Amino acid sequence: MDSWRKNPLVFWVLNLSPSVWLVAFFIVPLALVWVLSFGEKRGLLDVAITGTLDNYARALQPLYLEIFWKSIWMAAAATMVCLIVGYPVAFAIAFAPSRWKPYLLLALMVPFWINILIRTYALIAVFRTRGYVNFTLEWFWDQANSLLGAIGLGGYGLMGARFEPLELLYNNFAVSLGIVYAFFPFMVLPLYANIEKLDRSYLEASLDLGAGHWRTFFSVVFPLTWHGALSGVIIVFIPALGAFFIPDLLGGTDSQLIGNVIERQFKSANDWPFGAALSFLLMYATFGALALRALVVGRKQGLEV
Amino acid sequence: MSESPVTVSIQSVSKRFGTVTAVDRVSLDIRQNEFFALLGPSGCGKTTLLRMLAGFETPDRGSILIDGQDMAEVPPNRRPVNMVFQSYAVFPHMSVFDNVAYGLRVAGTPSGEIGQRVRDALEMVRLSEQAERRPDQLSGGQRQRVALARALVKRPKVLLLDEPLSALDAKLREAMQLELVRLQHAVGITFVIVTHDQHEALSMANRIAVMEAGQVRQVDGPAQLYEFPNSRFVAGFIGKMNLFRARVIARHGTELKLDVEGLGRLTLPGQEPHSADSPGAAGPGAGPDPWDIDIAVRPEKIRIHRDEAPGGRISHHGRVSEVAYFGDTSHVYLRLDSGQSISANIRNVARTSRPSFRIGEALWCSWDAGDTLVLDR
Repeated sequence: MDSWRKNPLVFWVLNLSPSVWLVAFFIVPLALVWVLSFGEKRGLLDVAITGTLDNYARALQPLYLEIFWKSIWMAAAATMVCLIVGYPVAFAIAFAPSRWKPYLLLALMVPFWINILIRTYALIAVFRTRGYVNFTLEWFWDQANSLLGAIGLGGYGLMGARFEPLELLYNNFAVSLGIVYAFFPFMVLPLYANIEKLDRSYLEASLDLGAGHWRTFFSVVFPLTWHGALSGVIIVFIPALGAFFIPDLLGGTDSQLIGNVIERQFKSANDWPFGAALSFLLMYATFGALALRALVVGRKQGLEV
Repeated sequence: MSESPVTVSIQSVSKRFGTVTAVDRVSLDIRQNEFFALLGPSGCGKTTLLRMLAGFETPDRGSILIDGQDMAEVPPNRRPVNMVFQSYAVFPHMSVFDNVAYGLRVAGTPSGEIGQRVRDALEMVRLSEQAERRPDQLSGGQRQRVALARALVKRPKVLLLDEPLSALDAKLREAMQLELVRLQHAVGITFVIVTHDQHEALSMANRIAVMEAGQVRQVDGPAQLYEFPNSRFVAGFIGKMNLFRARVIARHGTELKLDVEGLGRLTLPGQEPHSADSPGAAGPGAGPDPWDIDIAVRPEKIRIHRDEAPGGRISHHGRVSEVAYFGDTSHVYLRLDSGQSISANIRNVARTSRPSFRIGEALWCSWDAGDTLVLDR
């Protein structure tokens, strides 16, 4: 792989355009936002970069810390759900007959071909008061009610006077569900990759030595695939932490996450320096988590070598 | 040995994978304390049979009894057997000690007892010094001994070994063969080993079942199997064999008069019947005349001379077509005057008087009529 030393021109041509892209559309804008976070709003459009830390101080007020905390909590809960549901799904795909695997993976990936906004609106159609979940529940209610009527208990109103649809939307539950739905494949894919690589004879050896399936999972499977789980947790948790349109569309008045607050600063509130400071606080937290992961993985590998 | 009680009883077991019949109506009895080998070419169903004993595959038909108990409803983790996997499957995230202790911890053994039993098991496989090592700090042979200790520490009724030596280099393999036999004597547990290596099976096992295409072709002790194979397949699979197509043209008592392809007319004395637990026990060559059979001679039973052999031996004239030198032996390939090829193994007993044969040299080969095997086709 050191052929680039012999053909430096090819190397530069091939690498220049992605580098330019990265610098122009990622590094520079990010730097601008970072600089903005030390600015002060002057009038409607002007921002003066004064080096002030007021934005950060404001972002660390209890009001915003509470939202930060809530965002972290919701993202963590959604990530845990993804992890707990993702393991069996990844297992099922990894252990499926090999001719089924491409189709199962495809089924997992197909939603990605549809815009996330449209998918989120689709969730509304499913969960709203007059949505498919409630229709289904109502059908069961009707069946149960007529069954009660048939056996002569219809007059007592055991099932209530009429079907009360469940309020499934516009609350924290709906937001968590939306986040799980949106990011679930990101959890399954790294898990699948790790489980697929796992030598089946480890599982058989564990069973052979007398362990049940749960014991085998916690003593053998998880310790040997936790790298995949950690990757999945990180690539689900980070975007979940910054989610803003899912709480916008599915959440209620108390479902504001930090993503919504940031979005509002850049749009309706028109306070870019404060939005920038909030964004970077989120980013520092993310970097911290990644650094921690690198540390944990590095230490683990250092032990194993 | 034949008086020991039966530990594993395999009764008319069949297993199909899709359209392939991996195991086809196999019945075997494996006795207590036996070192039993399942031998056959790859794809003969031997590994599937072993995995059915462990519980990783379920027989489509037939039943498996271990210590008299039907295993049909018993999952792998509740069977009184333990397995040494071909890949060893030593858990990479646990130390050697923890690997060996795993099965005992799962069973809820008191921790004091665990420590003692694990130390004993590690001592038995000579790994006491490596107890705190991680598997990736061990050599292949050491990893395999961890796998052995991990299985034996559970004190199973039967130890299953799936091609345990195939990943080791030749020298280590030979040492481990002796080690396994020593271990089996020491622990007194029934060993069932799967192998495709005839030398491994012959040198280690008390009894060997030769499998082909999902079926057991012959079950016998190593010497019986080698000297009295019951079929062309077993004769050709175990060791080297000169095989000739032949036809019975007359018989006088047990004596057979044969017309042999490439060897002409031969008279053979009566054949010993095969051992009782093998198919075809009626004795070979027993069909109506004329009856197509095969006859076979081991290369090491053939002698090579410069002059015609004395009477009483089957003797043929030919020319050397190839000589392969193996150190302890040389394989001499002769083309007989009839065009038939035959190979003979010559032991190189002395350093200097080693017979040297030139290619094209005219020679005689001969063997005792009693060393000729008659095989039904």
